[in-house]
Amino acid sequence: MPDTKESSSPVEAEIERWEQETLAPALEKHPETKKSFQTVSLEEVKRLYTPADIENMDFIRDTSFPGEFPYTRGIHPTGYRGKLWTMRQFAGFSTPEETNARFKYLLEQGQTGLSVAYDLPTLMGYDADSLLSEGEVGKCGVAVSSLADMEVLFDGIPLEQVTVSQTINAPASVLLAMYLVVAEKQGAKWEKISGTLQNDILKEYIAQKEWIYPIRPAMKLVVDTFEFCTDHIPRYNPVSVSGYHIREAGATAVQELAFTLRDGIEYVAWGVKAGLDIDRFVPRISFFFNAHNDFFEEIAKFRAARRIWAREMKERFGSEYERTLQMRFHTQTAGVSLTVQQPLNNIVRVAIQALAGVLGGTQSLHTDAYDEALALPTDRAALIALRTQQIIAEETGVTNTVDPLGGSYYLEALTDKMEKESRDYFQKIDAMGGMVAAIEKGFPQREIQDSAYQYQKAVERGEQVIVGVNKYAMTNEPTEVPTLVIDESVRTHQVERLEQTRRRRDSGAVANALEKLKLAAQKGENTMPATIESVRAYATLGEICSALRDVYGVYEEPAF
Amino acid sequence: MRSSRRISNAMDRWGNLSAKVRMLSMIERKIRVLVAKPGLDGHDRGAKVIARALRDAGMEVIYTGLRQTPEMIAAAALQEDVDAVGVSILSGAHNTLCPRIVQLLREQGMDDCLVLVGGIVPQDDLVKLKQAGVAEIFLPGTSTEDIVRFLRSNVKPRE
Repeated sequence: MPDTKESSSPVEAEIERWEQETLAPALEKHPETKKSFQTVSLEEVKRLYTPADIENMDFIRDTSFPGEFPYTRGIHPTGYRGKLWTMRQFAGFSTPEETNARFKYLLEQGQTGLSVAYDLPTLMGYDADSLLSEGEVGKCGVAVSSLADMEVLFDGIPLEQVTVSQTINAPASVLLAMYLVVAEKQGAKWEKISGTLQNDILKEYIAQKEWIYPIRPAMKLVVDTFEFCTDHIPRYNPVSVSGYHIREAGATAVQELAFTLRDGIEYVAWGVKAGLDIDRFVPRISFFFNAHNDFFEEIAKFRAARRIWAREMKERFGSEYERTLQMRFHTQTAGVSLTVQQPLNNIVRVAIQALAGVLGGTQSLHTDAYDEALALPTDRAALIALRTQQIIAEETGVTNTVDPLGGSYYLEALTDKMEKESRDYFQKIDAMGGMVAAIEKGFPQREIQDSAYQYQKAVERGEQVIVGVNKYAMTNEPTEVPTLVIDESVRTHQVERLEQTRRRRDSGAVANALEKLKLAAQKGENTMPATIESVRAYATLGEICSALRDVYGVYEEPAF
Repeated sequence: MRSSRRISNAMDRWGNLSAKVRMLSMIERKIRVLVAKPGLDGHDRGAKVIARALRDAGMEVIYTGLRQTPEMIAAAALQEDVDAVGVSILSGAHNTLCPRIVQLLREQGMDDCLVLVGGIVPQDDLVKLKQAGVAEIFLPGTSTEDIVRFLRSNVKPRE
């Protein structure tokens, strides 16, 4: 037996030996390039990971098999061998006519699901002709002010067959209602419709800040959609709990993980409190994560997310139902990592981030277009983004085996560390009284602001490198990329349809429906039936949100 | 020779003195900046990072909060008597909103108040914004130190 001194395991003794015999002389000859090696979240990374780093891990308890608790290695026993992820490119700009054409183009190119981006007036619940909408109509997404716009948006797209994800939050229940009425007019059965409503209002207060009502009534609207979807659209995901925006706002990977999962727990708690059966509504809760630059940190984040969710649903809520325990998520590459400088470099960033999403076992994926730091994507840029996914899926071989990186000392140690750090955040948030209370105190907001500032400083010190920006910058860049320009004629076009809609509808029916909606909101009843009735009567988005503003009031952000 | 040297020495002393006076008045009155978020866009990461960086650089910073109209921004600039307004905008509405902010500031007599824009602005719009009176546009990837330097060298010292 070799002399192990105070080391506890043979591996540790070997590490010590290696450090003395092999590492030390090498360091003497060639010192390392930096004192500290950090992830993009500014987390320290060790030189080497060995079995000693995962000594406390138990294979069956912590990692197990794909398709089995705690689902660290994925929710499907066959990984991507049975079914690839859904290639779902987020698209939306200008008029519903233009976006409809882009949707059809993407479907023709082999895209397997749709994802709608709405413009800022729609996200904020204002019509195209509102004074506040000036300059914003159709800019960041497609403009939708009433059912008439939604009919054009999905014209010729069979909603019983294509799954559609809608990125809409504060007025989500209204856009869901419009979607359902369009489906109904196509002859589609609600029971057969599947798709996703983002509807994650908590992360709006935390990060993206597109809110309308105060937090608690806004949560009530979310619970209304849970209840309505469970009863009427059983294959539809009424919420996509989103870490994406939390990360984009500057959070670290652990903060993204912790705040998103704690948001998820908050929705489950509110649903249970409202009397919903956990194993009926939680299986339809989906998640949405960011895939950022730090390859292993991201893969570990996805694996940790599945494990934490399964454990929380079991331990906190007592569920044993496998579909409640299984986390399904969508991934989007990190918009914030894209650079205006040398924009073609973004194609490479996106490919690597997307690969992390795939190795993390995502159910669906959006790859950003290389021109997105400049404007909304052109057709050409959007096509390359889709092709990136297809190359990963069909050329690289990473789909041949399930969780190919499982068992990596580094990755497993990182997965474990991220789970622990998330649980530390859960404890703090639980102690504050839950996520709604923590948001009211400004806790996650402040944590994210701090991280964003620390990261900016690290970039300015050159500790975090951004190729083409703080290293390898060029004064005369050779590439100029064409960008998509959306002019003010979009607003004119949208306002015209809005005026036409207002002229043609039965204004008595509109007033009645809106009155019913207000009444339902006042009494604390489910608002979905009256919202659907209002939409059917062609009440506009702005009118419906105004009716609810009258009852609920509006959110004012305190200064943090 | 001698007299001209005396004169030039005196001029140097005067120059130094006036520089000192300028510096003193700069110390007495910190640069005041209004960081503003116009339009419907809620992405305030940039605005908040800039606000903190300017504060750390010794400036006085007032942040408007989200969703301010150009009128609200101009009114806040006047009330706070700022030297510069930093407009953060990522939604594509800059061509509509930024020129109006400049115009409103000038209408209320704030001729020296610099308007800086930070955010996603396509190349073609840079010239348009400058013609409309925007002092500088900072695109993604800008160091906060560049913005600090720009303000220090372009804010006009007060009388």
